[in-house]
Amino acid sequence: MRGGDGLHRPGDTPLHRLAPQVKLVALAAFTFAVVATPREAVWAFGGCAAALLALFALARIPPKWIAARSLVEAPFALLALAFPFLAGGETVEWAGIALSVEGLWAGWNLLAKATLGVWAALLLAATTPVADLLAGLSRLRCPEILLQITAFAVRYAHLTAAEVAQMRRARLARCDDPRFLWQAGALARSLGVVFIRSYERGERVWQAMAARGYTGRLPIDVAPAGAGPGQWSAAMTAPALAAGLAVWAAVGA
Amino acid sequence: MSDTALHIPNGIIGIPTSLGFGLAAVLAVAACVAAARRGLDDRLVPLAGLATAFIFAAQMLNFPIAAGVSGHLVGGALAAALLGPWLGVLCLTVVVAVQALLFADGGVTALGLNIVNMAVISTVAAWAVIALALKVLPRTRAGLTAAVFAGSVVSVVAASAGFLLQFALGGEPIGQSFAAIAAALLGTHVLIGVGEAAISAAAVTAVALTRPDLVHALNGGRLDQPGDGLAKETA
Repeated sequence: MRGGDGLHRPGDTPLHRLAPQVKLVALAAFTFAVVATPREAVWAFGGCAAALLALFALARIPPKWIAARSLVEAPFALLALAFPFLAGGETVEWAGIALSVEGLWAGWNLLAKATLGVWAALLLAATTPVADLLAGLSRLRCPEILLQITAFAVRYAHLTAAEVAQMRRARLARCDDPRFLWQAGALARSLGVVFIRSYERGERVWQAMAARGYTGRLPIDVAPAGAGPGQWSAAMTAPALAAGLAVWAAVGA
Repeated sequence: MSDTALHIPNGIIGIPTSLGFGLAAVLAVAACVAAARRGLDDRLVPLAGLATAFIFAAQMLNFPIAAGVSGHLVGGALAAALLGPWLGVLCLTVVVAVQALLFADGGVTALGLNIVNMAVISTVAAWAVIALALKVLPRTRAGLTAAVFAGSVVSVVAASAGFLLQFALGGEPIGQSFAAIAAALLGTHVLIGVGEAAISAAAVTAVALTRPDLVHALNGGRLDQPGDGLAKETA
């Protein structure tokens, strides 16, 4: 994993101060509203994008950061760009190339909905520390056991990642440079070693916890705080806007 | 070639199907929590946490497939062989959820779809194949390698078949015939599966040579032994 803190960017903006459970619900509501919007309603997606960009500005997140992090959807963006050339049916001429109308709409649909979803998730990830996120999920009645496993995984991920990086450095220092799959034996064996180390570390951690009186219940890092109606109404503004646009577009279409 | 292509984003599968598979994911994960807790008790959290951290690290590792092309592991077969189906599903569920919420990789509406494909189907399919193969093959180094190899290929192809099922049920129209998409997707995933299989098989064999008690597929671990429960899930 790329660091134990996710993509969190420390700050003190209204979005950072918002309770995590409120932000999680807002994220889910917003993305469902976006996915439910009919694809022909280009203006509705524009409205959602404008709302998200305004929120990014409010959270003081630079556009360059968003652009760099949006690359996770690059494989799907390429797929979306391929649709107009692959799909059949009615075509339009553009710069001498025949593009499928159905393919253009399909590509647009995927690109718009995936991008808005990534942006909304980035907004949450950037303004919420991991511990707060877990506390928020706990407020939302997410099973405690999953949250505890996640907390452990996130806490130790930087360690296992560092071990993998260290072994890679050791391999490179010994001139191991696999170019084909059948040369990757050393790499796979180092993965096996990292597993043994992780598992043994897990056992040691459990013993240490048991020695301190652990019986299977763990306090989460941050006590989940409640959120008032003010926070809820503020956070639900963007999802409400998206849902309103979706309904308007569906009724108008 | 990268595994990000496996994380379904928002806007590919419609809302009713997404919600249906979300419910399926919740039920499957709840069953796995119950089964894993039976075997591990209060050791579950630290061991599953560290195992999940290991899967994160394993996904970081880029391996070569051919000159200039590299990919990274999904980890379903690795988790199934080393941790068993219950713990394996839990670890991959956490990985998929963390990637969606912390790294915006995979859509929030598609979380249930991604958990069903990459955590549940891929791990359980790999486990079923590995367990069957180890009954037939000798319990030697070559036998284990072959079993994990077969399990990995099946797990990746089964996960992509899971996506195809979801797409057939509630995919947004993309103007291509379902048969064309299915052929292209399954074809590429056989190739991805072979890459995943070579690394997973070598890694599991390496663990088996030094600490056979940690390889769940060899029944030597101190983890929960899945018996009749597995037959129900894979039937």
